Amino acid sequence: MENTGKVKYKNLFYKMLRIRMVEEEIAQRYSQKKMRCPTHLSIGQEAVAVAVGENLFATDFAVSSHRAHAHYLAKGGNLSALIAEIYGKATGCAGGYGGSMHLSDLTVGFVASTAIVANTVPLGVGLSFSQVLKKQNAITCIFIGDAAIEEGVFYESLNFAVLKKLPVLFICENNLYSVNTPLHLRQPIERPIFKLAHGIGAKAEQFDGNDIVSMFDTVSKVIKDLRNQGGPWFLEFHTYRYKVHCGPEDDLNYNARPKEEIDYWLARDPVSLLQSKLLELSFLSLKEIDSYKQKIQEEINKAFDFAENSLFPSINDKYKFQYIDNNLEWLHSVLNPQKEVYTIE
Amino acid sequence: MSNIKFINLVNAALKKAMQLDKSVLCYGLGMNDPTRIFGASEGLVEEFGEERVFDMPTSENAMTGVGIGLAINGFRPVFSHARLDFILLAMDQIINNAAKWNTMFAGAMSVPITIRLLVGRGWGQGPTHCQSLQANFAHIPGLKVVMPSFPEDVYGLLLSSIFDNNPVIFIEHRWLHNIVCDTNPYDFVPLGKARTVVNGSDITVVSMSYMTIEALHAIKFLQERGVNCDLIDLRTVKPIDWETIYKSINRTGKLLVLDTGFEFCSIASEIISKVSMDCFNNLNIAPRRLAMPDVSVPTSYILANSLYTYSENIASEICKMLKVDIDTQPLKNKRDNFPRDTPGDWFEGPF
Repeated sequence: MENTGKVKYKNLFYKMLRIRMVEEEIAQRYSQKKMRCPTHLSIGQEAVAVAVGENLFATDFAVSSHRAHAHYLAKGGNLSALIAEIYGKATGCAGGYGGSMHLSDLTVGFVASTAIVANTVPLGVGLSFSQVLKKQNAITCIFIGDAAIEEGVFYESLNFAVLKKLPVLFICENNLYSVNTPLHLRQPIERPIFKLAHGIGAKAEQFDGNDIVSMFDTVSKVIKDLRNQGGPWFLEFHTYRYKVHCGPEDDLNYNARPKEEIDYWLARDPVSLLQSKLLELSFLSLKEIDSYKQKIQEEINKAFDFAENSLFPSINDKYKFQYIDNNLEWLHSVLNPQKEVYTIE
Repeated sequence: MSNIKFINLVNAALKKAMQLDKSVLCYGLGMNDPTRIFGASEGLVEEFGEERVFDMPTSENAMTGVGIGLAINGFRPVFSHARLDFILLAMDQIINNAAKWNTMFAGAMSVPITIRLLVGRGWGQGPTHCQSLQANFAHIPGLKVVMPSFPEDVYGLLLSSIFDNNPVIFIEHRWLHNIVCDTNPYDFVPLGKARTVVNGSDITVVSMSYMTIEALHAIKFLQERGVNCDLIDLRTVKPIDWETIYKSINRTGKLLVLDTGFEFCSIASEIISKVSMDCFNNLNIAPRRLAMPDVSVPTSYILANSLYTYSENIASEICKMLKVDIDTQPLKNKRDNFPRDTPGDWFEGPF
């Protein structure tokens, strides 16, 4: 790592640490039972979101899945609105109608996350297609997990993206588990996911998803290539989640996973890895880390205070979004039945 | 004007929508092939280009999601399917995304997609090329379901669907496509408003899509024999025009509902249940329905024909309800002039 990387990696570290601390705070406060919705934490997977998010502009789009807090934050999504959304408050990023699994911040291009595995994949491809049709010089990122590869719509969508050479980036966080079912019971382990995507015609690569230093520059190059040469690109990141599939509990002491596997991944914690590297290179001091933590904690406390103090949506608004009203008087006035002539050849 | 058919007016509406608004896109399997989905997309690609009118991979689910993505970023896609049954591959995108989007994100994004679905019948369409599943879509909050019956309405209804900001399921019965237009068909038709086709005070008949055509034959036949029916064509199945239905029932006191779909949990069932709850005191006999029985439709026309409702069945049902004795044999004989697995001599398969 050169000296020029100092600012860059300190910035990446700050962002990863921020996401980690936000999710740890959610986990810690979850038992207060004020966050009353299924909540999927991505503690252990922060490097992927940050590596990608750092290469995006607000004009780029992103969509994600049920485990989306990190993607939302890395794309620049508003933290207070995220926490308020999990609290079910009117000030939430989806007005309390969405919850943890349905996040959106259109001001930064984080279009949506949804709760059904792989169901934002075609939607993201459609967004990408819309960017091309509108000649918007931008890309779309689709965050998925390893289980999305097992859904048929993934193949349909990737095929269309390849066919149209769409500027779309698939980010596959392979954390080895779909709920509690390990990868080897779901896919042949001798067949890497990124090769499968490559076989369909995407440009594809795999990365160590926990060591951001090892992959950040390549990810930047890929995204540049996507902007200049088109896509799609498919990136598989090997990573690991520490928490249960859904909820705040630690999943490492349930004997649900092999001990060697847990030890291997814990030794490769993305935040600790980068921290050690930065300390080792004297890019960062323990004191600076403390000041980071303090600053982030203040921001988090503010976000939780905001959520706690916000109002719930009015119960009178429960039908508010049943349909969108739109007046078609304009259509009525432009249709002129007397003037229309239809000719049949 | 007399030789303009229903399908020509679908085509004209698509053309008009694309002329009115550059954000309107048309796509579907076979969109630009020589047959142009029975003529629906005739001339579109030539006038509007391949960026706005395009064919697609045989991927109903993904291409529905692609349409939703396009709609979210400002387009108005019209997605056409030669048979409704294939959209079942895309129910996740329709139900979990398109229908939910407006509520799920508190009105921040709209999904103005129109999905055209064609219902097949006859010529041995078999169990999976003939399903009229409007009830399945109508069951889902957030969707609108439109079912035109007359060429006079299809142009206006399709335009109103395309320019509606909600996802609209637009169901066309294949047997309507060659029906010729009697009057000027280019008027505006709002969604959510039924059409009273025939006025009469003896009984209210509520119908939709192709069943309205069968009903019209039956009602004209009965009219000549002194029985006067109110015939209401729903046009929009959801949201439904309760006001028009209630007004008629409160006048006639009797209700027969016709449905192109399967009877169990059907639109007809919903109408009968709501009417029974809301107009009970004004009903003087039990409401009835005629719909597809609760069984998959076999392929052989010998088996399939007998599952469908024809005009003579409707006439007989009305007579039974009104306790009048009219011989419906002439209707039956008239229908037997051409095979019962075709709507007329224009349709001889294959689909």
